[in-house]
Amino acid sequence: MPDPTEILNALILLANFVVVPALSYGSQLALGALGVTLIFGILRFANFAHGEIMAFGTMVTILATWGLQSAGISLGPLPTALLAMPVGIVAAALFCVFTDRVVYRHYRDNKSAPVVLVIASVGVMFIMNGIVRFIIGPNDQQFADGERFIIKARDFKELTGLSEGLTIKVSQGLTICIAVLLVIALFWFLQRTRTGKAMRAFSDNEDLALLSGINPDRVVLVTWIIAATLATIAGTLYGLDKSFKPFTYFQLLLPIFAAAIVGGIGQPIGAIVGGYVVAFSEVMLTYAYKKFLIYLLPESWQPDTLVQLLSTDYKFAVSFLILVIVLLVRPTGIFRGKVL
Amino acid sequence: MTYLVGENMTGGYGGADILNGCTIGVDKGEIAVIVGPNGAGKSTAMKAMLGLLKLRQGQVSLDGKDITGLTPQARVANGIAFVPQTRNVFVSMTVEENLEMGAFLRRDDISETLHQVFDLFPILKEKRRQIAGELSGGQRQQVAVGRALMTHPSVLMLDEPTAGVSPIVMDELFDRILEIRDAGIAILMVEQNARQALNIADRGYVLVIGENRHTDTGAALLADPEVRRSFLGG
Repeated sequence: MPDPTEILNALILLANFVVVPALSYGSQLALGALGVTLIFGILRFANFAHGEIMAFGTMVTILATWGLQSAGISLGPLPTALLAMPVGIVAAALFCVFTDRVVYRHYRDNKSAPVVLVIASVGVMFIMNGIVRFIIGPNDQQFADGERFIIKARDFKELTGLSEGLTIKVSQGLTICIAVLLVIALFWFLQRTRTGKAMRAFSDNEDLALLSGINPDRVVLVTWIIAATLATIAGTLYGLDKSFKPFTYFQLLLPIFAAAIVGGIGQPIGAIVGGYVVAFSEVMLTYAYKKFLIYLLPESWQPDTLVQLLSTDYKFAVSFLILVIVLLVRPTGIFRGKVL
Repeated sequence: MTYLVGENMTGGYGGADILNGCTIGVDKGEIAVIVGPNGAGKSTAMKAMLGLLKLRQGQVSLDGKDITGLTPQARVANGIAFVPQTRNVFVSMTVEENLEMGAFLRRDDISETLHQVFDLFPILKEKRRQIAGELSGGQRQQVAVGRALMTHPSVLMLDEPTAGVSPIVMDELFDRILEIRDAGIAILMVEQNARQALNIADRGYVLVIGENRHTDTGAALLADPEVRRSFLGG
């Protein structure tokens, strides 16, 4: 039986390298997947441009952040990007509404098959991809400022006397808090407000919603605004947590879709659960458990390999694997969404 | 002047005409029933009056005003409520939310109408917090009719309201429809169960290949030997 401090050390190690990062990454995925799932529920197509909406909104936020920074405005310990985020949200919402007017509405009026809209969204994705690279360039951008950490590893060690430290970055704490608040706000909106209920009704049964006098243009408009808001916030939080690089946001599309589908596409609660399922799977499968096991196992049993199931290079394979397994075993996802 | 009337309606869904100059009308406080063999254009005639299909000829008027050019949504706003045959409730929403969505166009206080619907269908009050998709077929049908009544309509259109419900539920539903009529609402319905429907009908229309074959009161049609032989199975 290992010593209690050893167990505690092992748990802190896991919290530091698995639980905290996965919670924050999962929150970012959940916010992205919520947007995908709302678009799917209302507009009835899988929006491949969602990663680019995140990139676009984040890019505008970054530009506004730089503007604020050079004007000497800051939020003290919090990142200035929070102050700039509304600008990014408005820009992303305008862009979404604009693409809806010039692209998607045409296919909607023609009652095109969903796959046509999906392919149209791939076109929008490439265009937005180009616009973002044209404006801010393909390279990494740093825009985080303010305090870096809520708890530093060294302070934690001194505080507890343990040999393992726990680090919680400001960006991680912010991500989790903002995600929780946003999800509560979104559910309140969908369950309690007139417009929110109209959106659910429209998603449930479009013909009957029309017969009840629900205005489809308004429902579509509100959906795009919400999706753009969630995407910009998710993108900015991801950028603060790691860094902003257009290609990374394009790659995020896969885990986000995996999250939406695992949870059951069209079901908001599913998108949240799916986000954490994908994030925890990715982090847990690519974490090297060697040190964790050394704390827990007697000396003779201790591993001499890294005990890492997958190299971190393969983390996208995890989303892909989850996607394939869900589509084979339970295509409707955990919360019985629609079948794609 | 009949309250809602579709005159000389001709048209179809793009291909050949389904309606060939038929005329259907209903007054407030009346039940009009459209019966006829399969493919006679019964539902199509009703959908044409709601605006779900474009007429090549003929016109629809409500309370003396021509509404032929209006969209279905605009007709709903003008007091026509429609209960489709299938997919007629929001299955993922609660009974109460279904009723609220029915009243979406209204900006005034809907609680009184809600009470009236609950008085008409007491089971809905009991199950108001339940998801509509979890209800039985008969209860769902009550939600569907209740949703349509929430707009405070002057005309209620029902597309085969008793399809797929048990005979007991059917009788019950017809009783409720009579109550709705007595509240002064015009009721137009298409029915597969022709005999029972004509029994409660003030007006009956027998359609064949999109034309009016017989038009009379429900009782007179039931008594007509030719109608009985050809359409009611003797």
